[in-house]
Amino acid sequence: MATASGTAPVELERPVGDTVLKPDLPWITLVWNDPVNLMSYVAYVFRSYFGHSTEKAEELMLQVHHEGRAVVSSGTREEMERDVTAMHGYGLWATLQQDD
Amino acid sequence: MARTTMFLPRPDGGIRLVVPASEAPMLAGLLDQLAELVAPQQPTDPDPLVAMLGIGTATEVPDDPVLARLFPNAYPDDPEAAGEFRRYTEIGLRDQKYQRAVLARATLADTDSHSDSARDLTEAETLAWLGSLNDIRLALGTRLGVTDDDPDQFEDLTDDDPAWVSHFVYDWLGGLQELLVRCLSGALDDAD
Repeated sequence: MATASGTAPVELERPVGDTVLKPDLPWITLVWNDPVNLMSYVAYVFRSYFGHSTEKAEELMLQVHHEGRAVVSSGTREEMERDVTAMHGYGLWATLQQDD
Repeated sequence: MARTTMFLPRPDGGIRLVVPASEAPMLAGLLDQLAELVAPQQPTDPDPLVAMLGIGTATEVPDDPVLARLFPNAYPDDPEAAGEFRRYTEIGLRDQKYQRAVLARATLADTDSHSDSARDLTEAETLAWLGSLNDIRLALGTRLGVTDDDPDQFEDLTDDDPAWVSHFVYDWLGGLQELLVRCLSGALDDAD
């Protein structure tokens, strides 16, 4: 990791409150488990929309199924809104948020 | 002729839909109901440009649990962002689901003809069936209160219970969708 040598530590003004944007943090799309969607269908969606391999799609689908949710993509807010809209089109239960 | 509705893989990677006359009215009815349920509401925004761009006025999660499931909240922790997102996306999403239901419905033969039908689906028709079967199952599953916790929750229903029919249809559509997903996944395997 890069270090800035020779400069004194500077006290940064800390952001206050929830409304301050954290532009350096990426956004993520989450897909949540639901009792209706077929496991095979969810894996198919991950393959056909995200272009994942069979193995990767199965792994993500099982993570949704067993852990209740999985991060399926990350990027800019606009990209994540596009992915969430696509997931809603497929009938998957998806949300987006800034990664913490 | 098949005795039940089937999706069959074609050698060219496409899908053939076979529907016996006995099942066509049920499928047609379900697709019609779906189209009615998701049809975009008349835009109430007086600005024709805003209406043309598909920007709606709905910003709240729908009260009806079925609609809330079909058009979920994208920002559960941020009501303001959720409202904006819905305003810009819900009409488009409704239109997508509506068009799929109408397209799938159009592939069914005239249900008054009482004849079995078999036809090769285009890719758009295939995806219309896939999406519509899923949307109908989401709607039925939500109404039935299907949960993961108790997969046998409907086992004790008797066939004189109104919920029995709904649950029977729900299971039947699940089998049908599974068949279609298997055909499409097979086509993806071949393409890899």
